[in-house]
Amino acid sequence: MDQTEIFEKVIKILTPYVKNQDALASVTAATHILDDLKVNSARLVDVVLEFEDIFEIEIDDDDVDSVETVGNAVALIESKLG
Amino acid sequence: MSGRRLTPEEVLAALPQQEPFRFVDEILEIDEEHIIGTYRFRPEADFYRGHFPGNPVTPGVILIESMAQVGIVALGLFLLTLESEDDKDKITTLFTDTSVDFNGIVKPGDRVTISAKKTFFRRRKLRSEAEMRLEDGTVVCSGSVSGMGVFQ
Repeated sequence: MDQTEIFEKVIKILTPYVKNQDALASVTAATHILDDLKVNSARLVDVVLEFEDIFEIEIDDDDVDSVETVGNAVALIESKLG
Repeated sequence: MSGRRLTPEEVLAALPQQEPFRFVDEILEIDEEHIIGTYRFRPEADFYRGHFPGNPVTPGVILIESMAQVGIVALGLFLLTLESEDDKDKITTLFTDTSVDFNGIVKPGDRVTISAKKTFFRRRKLRSEAEMRLEDGTVVCSGSVSGMGVFQ
């Protein structure tokens, strides 16, 4: 799975939790998940569980602390996919 | 830091919600996966005066609150204490999200049984699938309730 494909899937997973639809229209790897997309921090757990299901990977709770931007999420998933 | 298994009585005693906003009387069963609690809605509760005058019906949000106090707060206290006894008193559980269906009404004086099964408990966020039944077994409210423990 290439980075573009991971990126698109990540956006699809995030979409139902995004409160700022305008930011979603111009989303890039640098877009901040909480600050720009206005995803509620409590929803990060839901998002990570969906990452695990969709990509069939396991993500340690500690790894989640490093995820701030969409690009961080893509990089984390890519590293787990090996 | 190792944790401990709280008894149902200890969980009830640790529940922070108190009158007039406590909607749990008893905890009948509790373990890592599920909880069963009961509550009898007090006819003298203030909200019945307005919901609705002359026709008291328990507000749906109060039914959700009761399911959350059992399925998130009480079960969450049990799960947190299994991990660390220390955290129990430092953490406040906040309601994060819910999605429920209502299938019936609860009248003043009705006794309900709330059962909840853990869906996940990750990063101090707990989601449960909960169900509230009247004494005749009728399901009045069911769905998911979630909350998260935050350090005070």
